[in-house]
Formats: sequence, structure tokens, C-alpha cells
Amino acid sequence: MAVSRGYVRFDWLTIIVYFALVAIGWINIYSTSIDDSATGLFDFSQIYAKQLLWIALSLLIIVFLLALETKFYERFSSIIYIVSLLTLIGLFFFGKNINGATSWYAIGGFTIQPGEFAKAATALALGKYVSDIQTNMKEFKHQWRVFLIIALPALLIIPQPDPGSALVYAAFIFPLYREGLPFVYLLTGFFIAALFIATLAFGIVWVSLGCILITAWIYFRKKRRRKQNIFSYIAIASACIAFTFSVNYIFNNVFEQRHRDRFNIVLGKETDAKGIGYNTNQSEIAIGSGGWTGKGWTQGTQTKGNFVPEQQTDYIFSTVGEEWGFVGSMVVVILFLVLIVRVLVLAERQKNQFSRAYGYSVASILFIHFFVNIGMVTGLLPTVGIPLPFFSYGGSGLWGFTILLFIFIRLDGSNSYYT
Amino acid sequence: MRKLLLLIIVLITGVVFAGRLFYLQVYDDSFQKLSENNAIKILYDYPQRGYIFDRNGKLLVSNQPSYDVMVIPRDLKPFDTLEFCSLLKIDPEELNDRLKKARVWSPRLPSVIMPQLTKTEYAYLSEKMYKFKGFYIQKRSLRDYKIEHSANVLGYIAEVDNRIIEDNPYYQMGDLIGKQGVEMQYEEILRGVKGVKYIQKDNHNREIGPYKDGIYDTIPQRGTDITLTIDAVLQEYGETLMVNKRGGIVALEPATGEILALVAAPNYDPSLLVGRERSKNFTKLWYDTIAKPLFDRVLQGEYPPGSPFKALTALIGLQEEVIDTRERISCYGGFVYGRGRKLGCHAHPSPLAMQGGIANSCNSYFCTVYKRTIEKYPSPQEGIDNWRNHLTSFGLGDFLGYDLPSGRPGKIPSSKTYNAAYDYPTYKWYASATISNAIGQGEVLLTPMQMVNFTAAIANRGWYYKPHIIKGIGSKDSLPTEYGLKHYTTIDKEHFEPVIEGLFDVYNYGTASHLKVPGIEICGKTGTAENYTRIDGKRVQLTDHSVFIAFAPKDNPKIAIAVFVENGYWGSRWAGRIASLMIEKYIKGEITRTDLESFILNGSLQDEYAKPYSGEPFRINK
Repeated sequence: MAVSRGYVRFDWLTIIVYFALVAIGWINIYSTSIDDSATGLFDFSQIYAKQLLWIALSLLIIVFLLALETKFYERFSSIIYIVSLLTLIGLFFFGKNINGATSWYAIGGFTIQPGEFAKAATALALGKYVSDIQTNMKEFKHQWRVFLIIALPALLIIPQPDPGSALVYAAFIFPLYREGLPFVYLLTGFFIAALFIATLAFGIVWVSLGCILITAWIYFRKKRRRKQNIFSYIAIASACIAFTFSVNYIFNNVFEQRHRDRFNIVLGKETDAKGIGYNTNQSEIAIGSGGWTGKGWTQGTQTKGNFVPEQQTDYIFSTVGEEWGFVGSMVVVILFLVLIVRVLVLAERQKNQFSRAYGYSVASILFIHFFVNIGMVTGLLPTVGIPLPFFSYGGSGLWGFTILLFIFIRLDGSNSYYT
Repeated sequence: MRKLLLLIIVLITGVVFAGRLFYLQVYDDSFQKLSENNAIKILYDYPQRGYIFDRNGKLLVSNQPSYDVMVIPRDLKPFDTLEFCSLLKIDPEELNDRLKKARVWSPRLPSVIMPQLTKTEYAYLSEKMYKFKGFYIQKRSLRDYKIEHSANVLGYIAEVDNRIIEDNPYYQMGDLIGKQGVEMQYEEILRGVKGVKYIQKDNHNREIGPYKDGIYDTIPQRGTDITLTIDAVLQEYGETLMVNKRGGIVALEPATGEILALVAAPNYDPSLLVGRERSKNFTKLWYDTIAKPLFDRVLQGEYPPGSPFKALTALIGLQEEVIDTRERISCYGGFVYGRGRKLGCHAHPSPLAMQGGIANSCNSYFCTVYKRTIEKYPSPQEGIDNWRNHLTSFGLGDFLGYDLPSGRPGKIPSSKTYNAAYDYPTYKWYASATISNAIGQGEVLLTPMQMVNFTAAIANRGWYYKPHIIKGIGSKDSLPTEYGLKHYTTIDKEHFEPVIEGLFDVYNYGTASHLKVPGIEICGKTGTAENYTRIDGKRVQLTDHSVFIAFAPKDNPKIAIAVFVENGYWGSRWAGRIASLMIEKYIKGEITRTDLESFILNGSLQDEYAKPYSGEPFRINK
């Protein structure tokens, strides 16, 4: 049954969680940035006031997005994607360098980061491509095309340089898998990541030895049942070992020292709390000092002393940890889990494949940001500079995620199950 | 599977994050402290320590300001080392050493670099301190002694050591704490409470104002003054009398248990342990292992009490009804026990009843009484334990519970002592084996403090208060309740009178008859205690200790006193004389017998003390 305009109903749970996160995020940005020089809530030299402005503007964006026809997103997805790519290419010519990365356009007094919008564009393009009646994700021909759709923006973002934001595009493996990509890709991806980390953690010799032993074990276990080609096993083992060696080479010769340091700190190989591990260490201290219920809003000593660098942006969660304690941190974690799971559940309910693939993309991107950011801030993952959705200070980030989420809410709203 | 994979990963991530947050925020509290350390600077404001007064309101100890140069190693910036060293008057190497030590202790917490500057040094240095980032000057208060005596009573204050810092969060590196004596015993009352200021810092270590607008800041509370029971005049007089002698004097007010004088000899000037010379002087005192000036002989010296103990033997005999006051016992120049063994006695009229026995200090009399006391019971074990019971009721054989931090329990043997020594039941032992206990030799050991306590109990006719040195805390005279609690002995009141008459006769015609003080009825008892030491592993007898106990006046006693002079030979030679001078000084306020006084003041036993260390054969009791 077709739903006419006026009968559209939106998923209020998602919207409520969205506003809760934005509000909590702003409260914490206020806490990190308030000092005696502030003259009031609307003193726009203060970042909390700017963020308030971005939040207000995102309300306009939401209204606009929800007002558009569902079909618009599907039809114009290719164009949106291409425009997005062009804005990324344009950075090479007109980009503004901030903190060593050319990721921004400067318009008047404001800056805008096209990379934050490219995620939504890519998700739309991906949805469009996989929902095409011609597309079969089991075929290699389609597989490499869809990989290209994902890889293009990522490849344009890496040289900015912003490898962290590029990493986010790995999230698209989940919607692809949902839409029929063979499991072996996921497995291979996981396996490569595991080998990579194992090589760095334990060294070439042990990992090579491990590869040989595991391959041999699998071979001899399966051999009883049927004859197998021993050479294919040898080939796989050799490939693994070769990869191990290449990881070692890449790590030592291609990576820059700061990247190496980040890995070494998380792997526990280095513990220089003052130098390269400073961010993570201070962030852990701030969170750890929160205790059960925290020190209270604007009472965080680490926050006030600016001990945690980038605290309004990538490290905003450390403020939550310090001032709101375990209870407050868990509220935020649970809100994120509710949001991601809700989007996943909604995506499963979509009747058309475009909406489902798009919904999966939204959940995956939110998840990878949530996973990498909180993992980093709590010292579980290496330092990868990506923001916490809806929380971190910055207009582009907030609008990017708002657009990403509300396009899906609009798509979801046109389904008939509400009536 | 395709529907569930991401969902599962999301949920697992949630659980992992919850676990990690729980670990960081709740389980592992090391982050809590780390945070306080790097974001908040703590400044201390040290209060004045409480004053100490004597029983007559005379000020004994007050304070003087002192300035320590402190360092926070983390905040150090490169500085002109040579200038700094010349200001502090130390070698650059020494400075480096101290900085290294400070860094090892803690890069974040302050350490003392140069303790206790004088006012002039401080004035000079404070103008230049701005050049030396990371260093600052901490004002403290040091002791200012108005007297040159009582070091053993007062104790001293010194920097806390690491062990105390770890146990007690109140103290920081460089804080001063009472060590020994009253300073240690009443540390918490005297020290007051230091004030704290919390200052919020930013990541560049700049101070950005009081933390939480200063709601946690506190102002220092001045330490509370205390009044001691010590009579400063008597105490000082006692110390002068004990010059060139070793031992101690302790005087109590029997009616209250207040300690009037607590003289340990040799002693030292308390001012030696103040200021920058402190550690040098302390080392010197500490390594004097022959005279042991830091060893409080009154509280820590365990000696055989000798004849004064006979008063207790008599009291126990009366209580156990093994003798009465009329029975006369013959003395044939000693007490024969076992197979032909004899405990010798000196020349005196014989036979003697109790009063005469005490006055003449007849060994045979008290050995007989003691033997009867033990043998009244079916076994010597029961006899000894019963005897011991009576003695413990006088506060002997255990720590007395006075309010000074040092002391020894002394020793009163029990059946266990002898069972172990004689390997009972393989070998049996009998009362006669322990006969020396009768006259305060043998296995009995008492501290002078315990001796004065039993003297006070006799003076009170059967009870005592725990000896104590605190008379008042702050403006009020309230004392710890334990010092207002009467302790009764196991001896009935009526048995005391005959013994006290005997002690009175010691002065009338007995062993101290030449020490009478005109106008004061004194009761006392001389003692001459055999003692031994080890020289090159051989047991060698030294000249006897001179012991004396006394109380006066006989009725309503005002003072009980025990005097112990190491190797002073017989009791009335040194101890008796000193005791009579002390009593006269306390009760009359002046000395009429100036010849006696100058004999004591000029007398020295240093030759006697040098004997065992001379390496040559020497004669004793000469």
C-alpha cells in the first residue's frame, strides 16, 4: 500500500536517542570549554556557543531532509556521490590546511570538511548499486565495481592525510556482506588484520611458525576424510608468511614513526607516558579518576587543566568519563548501542533493497566510529583520530552524521508497516 | 547469519567497553590518585606546635620559625647551579645527589633539599628564589628550648621517615614528627592540624586558581599546649646531682601518681637536637655506646633492685601470715640453705623482729620469710606463682602503662621460669633454689620507674595511680581516665604500718641514719645490688649498684623517690644521699646540708665506669 504524504511516520525512538546524544555531547563540550573569559551562552567566540549554533542549523537540515521524497535519494544518489567525489578532489586545489591535514574548505570565517559528508554519499551510491536488479554480489565483476565505489573516496581522503577517516570506509564491508558478498571476503579481511597485529606483537619468527603449524594441523585433520592437494596448503601457508614479512617491511619502511608509535603503545611495547603515549595516558587518567559517579559537571580536574589534548573533539568521551563516572559513561555507551541496534532492526524491516543496504551502511559507519573512538579513548585501540558521532565538537561532523542518519529515517518513514 | 553478524559484533563491543570502563573507573583506583597529582597542586601551611609547661606553669618548650628549601623535581628548569650552591653553601655534587634522591622518591611530590635555614639565610635566599623554578621555601616551626635539661622526658622532633609516611597519610616528606618522650606520646595534640590549599593547574603546570574555589582548603589549627607533672626545679636539680654518674632518679607524688622528676644520667641538652646540627649531634649521641645518653635508664634500665625489695618480701610474708611483727629471727652472719650453702649477711644485732630486720636490712630474716612464703603451698610452683601475683599487683613484671613511649617490663620470675631453667619435671627445684629473690637479687629485675611505683604504693598504704607525666591538655585539666583509676595491691592495709615503721627506722638508727633531714620524717630503704657484665665472653662482677627508695613525709607523703646509681657501691653512699637531697629540695625548697650537697655535686664515678674498658685487671667495691 502506498503511503501518501501526510501519513509518513518517523521512528521516534531513533530521533529521541539522536537528540539525547547531541544534548549530552553539547553539555560535555560546554564543560571542556567553559572558562572565566566566557560572557554568556551565546558568546560565539566560545566553542560551546558555536556548537550550539551547529546544532540549531542541523535542525533545519533535519526538516529539509525529512521533507524530501524518498525517491529523490535513490534517483539522485549517483549525482550526490559524484559531487561528493569532486569536493574531495577539490581539496587538492582549494583545501585549507589545519593541523597538518588539508581536509577543509574555508568559507568566510567557517570551515567545512567534505570528508564528513562523503560517507553518506558513498552509502547512497552503494545502496543504489547493490539494489540494481542486474547486480549480483556473488560475481566478481560486480564485486570489484562496488569495491571501487567504496575505495574512491577513501583513496582521496588518505593523502589529505587523514588515514583515520579513510579507515571508516572499511565499515562498508558489513552492508556488502548483508547484501550477499561471500563470507570469505570478511574472513580474509579479518585474517589479514589478525596477521598484521600478530606480526607486530609477536614478531616474524613466531607468526611464521604459527602459520606453518596451524596449516599443518588443519591439513592432517581433514586428510582422513578426503584426499587433498597438499600444494594448496603449502601455498596458503607461504602466502601468510610472505604477508607477515611484508607487514614487517611496511611497518618499518612505509609507516611513519608516529604510526609505529601508536601501535607500539597499544601493544604494550612502549610506555612513554610523557611523549607519544601522552594523549591516551591522560585520557585514561581522566576517565579512571571518575569513579562510580564522576566528579560532577564542569568539576573535572583533568578537563579543567586541559590535560587531555583534543578533548572537545576526538577525546570528548574522556570528559564524560571524568565528570559523570562509570554511570554516565555507561549511559552514553548504552545510548549508542540502542541507536545502532535500532537502525539495524529498522534496516532489516525495509522492503526495498536500497533502503536496507543504506540502513546497514548507516549502522556500520556509526558503529565503526563508536568502536574506534571509544576504543582509542579508553586505551584499547591505537590512536586513530576520528570523532564520536553527535558528540565531538565540529559542524561538519555533526551535520555529516545528522544527514547520514536522517536520510535513513526518511527512507524508513515511507514504509507501510506504520499504517 | 548475514542478518546477525553485525548485531553480534555491536553487542560484544558494548560488553567489552562496559568491562573496560568498569576496570578503569571502578576497579582500578590508581588513576584516581594520578589525577589528583597532576592536576592539583597542594600547598601546606604548618601550624605552631603546642607549648610545653611544667607543673608550676613554667614554659619549658616553645617554637622558633625555620625555613626548608624544598624541590619538586618535575618542575625543575635549568638553573645556575653554582649560584644556587653558593647560596645554600653546599657542593654541586652534594646538590646533585640530593636532587637525584628527591627524584627517586617522587618526581611530583616535594622533597627537602636544604633543611632548617636560619632567619638570615632565609632572608637572603628568598629574594633570589624566583630564579630557581621548581624550588620553594617551606616555613615550619622548630622547637625552642627554654631549659637545658629534661631531654629524656621531652624527646625531640625530627623529619618523618618513609615508613610513617606510608602508614599515615597525614604526613608528607619533610614534615616534622615527635620522636621519643612527650613529643612522641602527645604528637597528635601538640602538632595541631596543618592547613591545606588546593590549587588547580593546567597542562603547562601553570596555576589557574584555587581548586573548586577553595571549598576544600583548610586553615591550620595551632597545636594544643600541654602541662607536664614535672617540677622543672626538681628535675634540673636532679640532673645536676647526677652529673658524672650513671643511673636515674624518678620521683612521684604518691597521692596522684604524677611524675615530679624523671632524671636519666647521662643526659644531653635538648637544644642539641634542633636545627641543622641535629643529625650531626644525634649521630654523636647515638654512637656513644658506652655512656648511652639516648638510653633512658629510668624507664628502660632493668636492674636487680636489691634490698628495697625486702619491703615487699615483708609485706607478702605478713599477708600470707607466715610471720608476724613480733617474731624474732636469729642471724648467724648469713642464711644457710641447701647443703652448707650460705647467703651472707653483714654485722648487726641479732635476733631481730620485722622492724629491726628492715632497719638493719638483715638477709637472714628475709630469706626465712621468703622461704616460708613459698613453702606455705604444696609445691614450689604454686608458691612462686602466688608470690608473683602479689608483686604484679604493685605493677611489677610488666609495662606500667605510664604515658611515655619507652620502657621495659622488668622481670618477676614465675614457676615457668624455673621449670624451664631446671628442666622440670626431670629435675625438681625448691624454694631455696630461688632464695636470692628474697633480697631483690636473683631473677628479679625492675626498672627504677617500677621501684618508685611500689614505693608509692607502700607510701599510700596499699594503692597507686599509674604514674603519668601529663597534667593538663590545653586550658582544661582533663586527663586520660586511666590515670584517675586507683589500683589496689593484694596486701591488706593493716600490714603496711609495721613495714613503714621499719622503713622509718632505716633513718632513725638503720643503714641511712646519717642521712636524716631535720624536720622531715623520711621512710626509706637502702640497696646494694650485685651485678655482672661480660668482658671477652667471661662473666665479670662489677662494683655494686647503689640503690635507694624513699618517701616523705611518713604521714601524708608528698614525694616517693627511687634513685639508682650504677656501680655506686653501697646504697647510702650515692643513692641515699641523692634521695635525701631531692626530698629536702622538693619539700623545703632549699638545701641546708651544703657539705653533703657539694660532695655529691663534685663526686664522680667516671673512674669506676672506665674500669671494665681499661683492659687491665681491676678491683671492685673499693
